[in-house]
Amino acid sequence: MAIMTGAQILIESLLKEGVEVMFGYPGGVVLPIFDVLYDSKLKFILTRHEQGAAHAADGYARVTGKVGVCLSTSGPGATNLVTGIANAYMDSIPMVAITGQVKTFLIGNDAFQESDVTGITRSITKHNYLVKDVTELAKTIREAFYIASTGRPGPVVIDLPVDVQQARTEFIWPKTVEIRSYQPTLEGHAGQIKKAAKLIERSTRPVIYVGGGIITSGASGELMAMAEKIQSPVTMTFMGLGSFPMTHPLCLGMLGMHGTAYANHAIMGSDLILAVGARFDDRVTGRIDAFAPRAKIIHVDIDPTSISKNIRVDVPIVGDAKKVLSEIFRFIRKSPDTGKWLYTVEKWKQDHPLFYKRDEKLRPQYVIEQIYEATNGEAVIATEVGQNQMWSCQWYKHSIPRHWISSGGLGTMGFGFPAAIGAQVGAPGKIVFDIAGDGSIQMNIQELSTAVNNKLPVKIAILNNGYLGMVRQWQELFYKKRYSSTPLKNPDFVKLAEAYGAKGIRIAKKEDVAAAIKEAIATPNVVVMDFVVEPEENVYPMVPAGEALNRMMDGMA
Amino acid sequence: MKHTISILVENKFGVLARVAGLFSARGYNIDSLTVSETQDKTISRMTVVVNAEDEKILEQIKKQLNKLIDIITIVDYTKKEYIERELVFIKIAADKNTLPFIKKVVDKAAKSSSASGLACARFLEKKSDSVIVELVDDQERIKNFLSELKDLKVIEVVRSGRIAIAK
Ligand SMILES: Cc1ncc(C[n+]2csc(CCOP(=O)(O)OP(=O)(O)O)c2C)c(N)n1
Ligand SMILES: [Mg+2]
Repeated sequence: MAIMTGAQILIESLLKEGVEVMFGYPGGVVLPIFDVLYDSKLKFILTRHEQGAAHAADGYARVTGKVGVCLSTSGPGATNLVTGIANAYMDSIPMVAITGQVKTFLIGNDAFQESDVTGITRSITKHNYLVKDVTELAKTIREAFYIASTGRPGPVVIDLPVDVQQARTEFIWPKTVEIRSYQPTLEGHAGQIKKAAKLIERSTRPVIYVGGGIITSGASGELMAMAEKIQSPVTMTFMGLGSFPMTHPLCLGMLGMHGTAYANHAIMGSDLILAVGARFDDRVTGRIDAFAPRAKIIHVDIDPTSISKNIRVDVPIVGDAKKVLSEIFRFIRKSPDTGKWLYTVEKWKQDHPLFYKRDEKLRPQYVIEQIYEATNGEAVIATEVGQNQMWSCQWYKHSIPRHWISSGGLGTMGFGFPAAIGAQVGAPGKIVFDIAGDGSIQMNIQELSTAVNNKLPVKIAILNNGYLGMVRQWQELFYKKRYSSTPLKNPDFVKLAEAYGAKGIRIAKKEDVAAAIKEAIATPNVVVMDFVVEPEENVYPMVPAGEALNRMMDGMA
Repeated sequence: MKHTISILVENKFGVLARVAGLFSARGYNIDSLTVSETQDKTISRMTVVVNAEDEKILEQIKKQLNKLIDIITIVDYTKKEYIERELVFIKIAADKNTLPFIKKVVDKAAKSSSASGLACARFLEKKSDSVIVELVDDQERIKNFLSELKDLKVIEVVRSGRIAIAK
């Protein structure tokens, strides 16, 4: 019989779950856990802020497909995790966040560093637990990992009072998990699958529209097979980038507000949309009543609440993307004749390509193209939020699943760098870039310490435009260029990098870009590249919020 | 339209807050809510009555309720055959002059029966200056009952919230 403390049970259970690394920050009520970690084989990465720990766990999860784990103390430690938890929730990322809590009998008494963590995180977690009895701990951890990683994944919080960490009981690891009230539907409904196959056979202008669900379920192979069989163009949401190679002739790139003109035209002109693992977000659909007016819609998603939420659907199918796609594939007898349609789409591609001015100026899009060239399209690309992020969607030809690490649903500035650190931990052999804005990078710049000290050689490419650029763009277009609180007076990023023990490079000329990127990749340390780019460059095309998808501003005027 | 929704949930702390949270996050007011254990001690039943201003939003709330880990099943009785009751306590100021009238109203209620069966109406307590009446009935007849008493001095009305069972 193995009698253990709650803290020992926690770490032992994490090891049983296959956890190799945890990100976090210590404090008063998690001392028993840190004492166990002191000589545990579980690797612990100390970040410099709990938000960094949550984002790192998130980035680790995105790149590996495993559950990311982070740990904080109670009160301010836990509230610092909140943004990271919300971020993971919005993007359906599997995460387990463990927060220390004050002693059980003090809960509710406004004890020192007490906060109601389960209350605060209720609406931003897939589920959360307050463990009040040490005998429940192992089972709770088992359940938490199961819930976080199955169905539509998401973050689960375990709030663990310090006296429960100290209490002793026998360690019994449950052999199986069964939760009667939680049984995700994986197999699609057979009748609906046949109906979908029929609709596909009869269509002449199909578009496959995919999202993060393809990445989560590992369905890229099935997606490729389907696209080639039915000869349909494929467009992706922001979360779906990497699921279908942008170098493929059937690929339309991203759709929506800052999507390609040809993806948006194709969606609007289609007679059938096969939507898989995507949720018809308002950034994707534009004005909803004008969306794809002639299209029948097949919607495959593991989450029943995603279906018919924003849009009327003709054939809803609840199930796992990989399974359902291969089932539909099996039922398609004859491929539709899409020759004429592909010709039209190709014409749109020729007439409305992605565009920026290729002059002698150092433009941000050029930097991203050069990163693509230098890495052969094989790097893990994290981004911050804003223009830097949208240009990264457009100008890096994403082609491999789990190589795109960016905050979609929440749009969290400060996500990219700590997430890149987590991604580098999960993919030690890969080149990891954080394509950053000069504003966003300063939201978690302290993590330079984490990266340098743990020898995680992330490459930060700051597209330094001296502005909170995306907000400035909206002010330029919709608020008469009244740049209220968007110009930035920035620190010297090169000196800042050096102060942290990283390498800093400033690049102000177009002709120096390629060499600097090469140098950064060859440097075994963390590198901060400060690209001094054209300050008022805009992201185009752009569908103004609330407009129909084909009402794009192309910025060429 | 009013919906009566019956939700079977794990009998654990925190579940009520999760359910209530889904309604309150959308600014939805719950008309009535009852919670209690079922024949299985590990399961509780919540009966929620809401007024759906927008059926699509309610549909989404129901799906999201279903998605909550601690929720086992959810049934919307609205389009089903079901029986519904609510228990009401009414404290009324009463004296020699008004008591006979109150008695008449209570007796009438006790004898009348509606499509959904016999009601229950009786005195729980009689004091010299007030009485307490118990009524178990459906919504329509509770409303009628209360309106018959409108000229009297009603001191307090305590309602249990509705419970429902499928036929
Ligand atoms: C935490 C947070 N605060 C505010 C915003 C709103 N916001 C979106 S983009 C943006 C500007 C980002 O500036 P920068 O990082 O320099 O990127 P750029 O757009 O210039 O590339 C802001 C303030 C946000 N998304 N996240
Ligand atoms: Mg900027």
